[in-house]
Amino acid sequence: MTQQASSPEQKCRGETFQPKPILSVNDLQVQFGSTPVVDKVSFDLYRSRTLAIVGESGSGKSISSLAIMGLVKHLGAKVSHGSMQFESDLLGSVDLAQLPEEKHRIIRGREISMIFQEPMASLNPVFTIGDQLCETLMIHRGISKKQAQAEACQLLDLVRIPQSKRILGYYPHQLSGGQLQRVMIAMAISCKPKILIADEPTTALDVTIQAQILGLISDLQNELNSGIIFISHNMAVVSEVADDILVMRNSKEVERNSMEGLLAEPKASYTRNLLSAVPELGSMQGLEKPRYFAQYSEEQETLPERDLDKQVKYAEPLLEVDKLSVRYSVHDGFMGKISHYVHAAEQVSFAIYPGETLSIVGESGSGKSTVGRTIQQLAEPHSGEVRLDGENLFELPSNRKKLFSREIQYVFQDPYGALNPRKTIGASIIEPAWVHGLVRSKKQADERVAELLEMVGLKAEHARRYPKEFSGGQRQRICIARALACEPKLIIADEAVSALDVSVQAQVVNLFMHLQETQGIAYLFISHDMAIVERISHRVAVMYLGQIVEIGSRQQIFENPQHPYTQKLIASVPTIRNRKQNKSPEMSAEIPSVIRKIGDEPDVHEYVEVTKGHLVANHSPALTN
Amino acid sequence: MQQLTFLSQRLLQAVFVTLAVTLFVAFAIRFTGDPAVMMTQESSNVTEADLAMIRESLGLNAPFHVQYLQFMGQLLTGELGNSFFRGPIKELIGSALPSTLLLAATSMVLSILISIPLGIVAAVKQGKWVDQLIRILSLTGLSFPNFWLAMMLVLIFSITFNVLPVSGFSGVASLVLPSATVAIVLTAVNVRLVRTAMLDVLSEQYIMVARAKGVKEFWVIYKHALRNSAIALITFFGLQFGNLIGGIVVVERVFNWPGMGSLALDAIAQRDYPLLQASVCILAMLIVIVNLVTDMAYSLIDPRIRVKS
Repeated sequence: MTQQASSPEQKCRGETFQPKPILSVNDLQVQFGSTPVVDKVSFDLYRSRTLAIVGESGSGKSISSLAIMGLVKHLGAKVSHGSMQFESDLLGSVDLAQLPEEKHRIIRGREISMIFQEPMASLNPVFTIGDQLCETLMIHRGISKKQAQAEACQLLDLVRIPQSKRILGYYPHQLSGGQLQRVMIAMAISCKPKILIADEPTTALDVTIQAQILGLISDLQNELNSGIIFISHNMAVVSEVADDILVMRNSKEVERNSMEGLLAEPKASYTRNLLSAVPELGSMQGLEKPRYFAQYSEEQETLPERDLDKQVKYAEPLLEVDKLSVRYSVHDGFMGKISHYVHAAEQVSFAIYPGETLSIVGESGSGKSTVGRTIQQLAEPHSGEVRLDGENLFELPSNRKKLFSREIQYVFQDPYGALNPRKTIGASIIEPAWVHGLVRSKKQADERVAELLEMVGLKAEHARRYPKEFSGGQRQRICIARALACEPKLIIADEAVSALDVSVQAQVVNLFMHLQETQGIAYLFISHDMAIVERISHRVAVMYLGQIVEIGSRQQIFENPQHPYTQKLIASVPTIRNRKQNKSPEMSAEIPSVIRKIGDEPDVHEYVEVTKGHLVANHSPALTN
Repeated sequence: MQQLTFLSQRLLQAVFVTLAVTLFVAFAIRFTGDPAVMMTQESSNVTEADLAMIRESLGLNAPFHVQYLQFMGQLLTGELGNSFFRGPIKELIGSALPSTLLLAATSMVLSILISIPLGIVAAVKQGKWVDQLIRILSLTGLSFPNFWLAMMLVLIFSITFNVLPVSGFSGVASLVLPSATVAIVLTAVNVRLVRTAMLDVLSEQYIMVARAKGVKEFWVIYKHALRNSAIALITFFGLQFGNLIGGIVVVERVFNWPGMGSLALDAIAQRDYPLLQASVCILAMLIVIVNLVTDMAYSLIDPRIRVKS
């Protein structure tokens, strides 16, 4: 490889000699049986530099990293071709592709270590944090348990986990996702590795936590001078951390360049496509309406970016949520008495108008999904009202409630779990319509299914197939078709695009908007992704600890955020435009708990109207810093 | 505190289970024949008056609930009363229970010792010939009825080779065949359970993380994976105990093993109401206690249950 990647390298570092890569991957091929999952991939990694491998699911980016670790055999795959030359301190210059397992194991976790995507799943639930940290130290450094424990303590301090001594005795389930990822990082850097592989290290985390973790990784890199391989699907995150970038698609290399070079002039059409599909926070500045993503097929633009062309009439609200509170009880003690409440949602009020998209944004535990589920009658309210066309849901007789559930439909986050694998998708789609008596004959049902499938961009003949034959994006379209089967007035989309690849995400968001334009459907769009919310929403509500802290039009929220939490959320989102200027927020605190003792009621926010329709919760200045 | 709550709830459950089982047994056996008739089968010219006298002396003329309450009263005081034919029940059970427990424990331990390594090998070599072989063996083991297996073992080891006693209870040698019979059937099931539990755990991400740390594959499997699958396995093994007792009852009969199974079967044959009630009741309590211990054990292994977050 090298001419391509090293020339921009020299330019941007201003060095006169050509530095030697610590890892040089050449023509790497990994196969499952006879199918290549990584096909002729080459790259170089240098000390103190970060190489990003970017691609969508199935692109082979994670497999490449596992090949470096020598772990692909555990997935049933094997390295079938190519070399991975690694400058080891222990073994000298070795080819990782040829290295026998015994020697590979010496390097693994010591000179090359790895951070995985799901911190919750990465730590063994039956061993303490301390045991797991010490294990690495004891294997590679041959030190005693006692020494290892002292060192583990220092490592936790290094990754900024408070009360490190106590945490050592904790089990993984007692820590939050952000804390667990810090522990994983501590484990990975415990032997000062030359190469650190981070496989989607922040994808499963909240955006404010993500900013902290990214900051931590780059601080540690400065300290250890490690070379980092950063695997991600998120261009904005990558643009923040990477010096060099490798774009992969369908197990092949698409493009390799320095980060600057790629952003300035993406060569491959796939890269351009990927960049355009990334929702960029702030790109909607000055625009009033939601906006479609541009779409490309191979070379040319097939659909330009354009505004959603439909006016919302703010006269009679479709759905009103009035002082809705949802609490889950925590039982304790011998008699199973209720001792605590989880205040999942507290005094939440908002309205949705016909044909409008209202987004609820917030981090995990903010109660945004609880609100959606309560409206759809999947959770019981503690108090408050939900009114559809002026009728209170919680006071209706059950036959009227059924009608209610027809007019509001739900699209779930995980399209893999939301479809019955033993039913054809046609049967799944039409089921709600049968339940509500909207179709009465087989023929009518078939016609309706065909119509619905075409509406969401699939083909009528797909009806007889089973979910396993479809990709994630297609499945989500099927779920949307099912939601449409009852001609609802409102669709609650709960993180409906979060699990999808960026390019697919853009298509599904476009589909949502298209349906709004043609069918006049209103959406309650629940998401943690600020950039997507900025694209799709007419109005936005920000939730924190079960309460709305700010609500207003999209422009009011994103261009004039008033509440410190909203400001922090917006500041935490990495963007390509402001890359490397985004400073990590100082607040390293976790989100507080919403579990409270009985009788210990939370303070309910009072709101101030900043401009018309823009309500902000009164906040104490303490939160600001 | 949580543990105490849990324990007391389970003990309450155990009381109800025992009540239900004894009530059902006491009720059902009274439909199946008259002990007075059974006793006098051999002798001729038994008059209706004789039978009535026997019934009276056995206390069978009292209403059902009186008989049942009397039995329960005895159970609570620990005095199990007398068998119709064989003297104090307490002594009968006192000698039968240990030999059944011995057989059960030996078979269980044997089965666990064999099935865990085999199950792990099958899981680690998933799809390879070792795995196929173990699965075929397991299916074969499952297809043997245990009484047939018992007789085959006797035929081979006792009669043909004459290395082990045919039946009875005399020293360690006589334990081999009965416990092997029970263990083989049990192992056939357990191997599959271990294999499935290990496969579940081996696909978890923390296993890959352990490998990425440089942990030896042996320790990845025997420390990181086994400890996690143990949570599921202990539950499985505990539930298996019911099956185990069922198997033992049959096997005891074949080998003439003087245990609870033999005791209960004899009691059924003779319509010995008090003895049957007592022995079934003891077996039921045994199963309940084992399951209780199982539940407590896995809450000790799994910190998610043990430690209150």
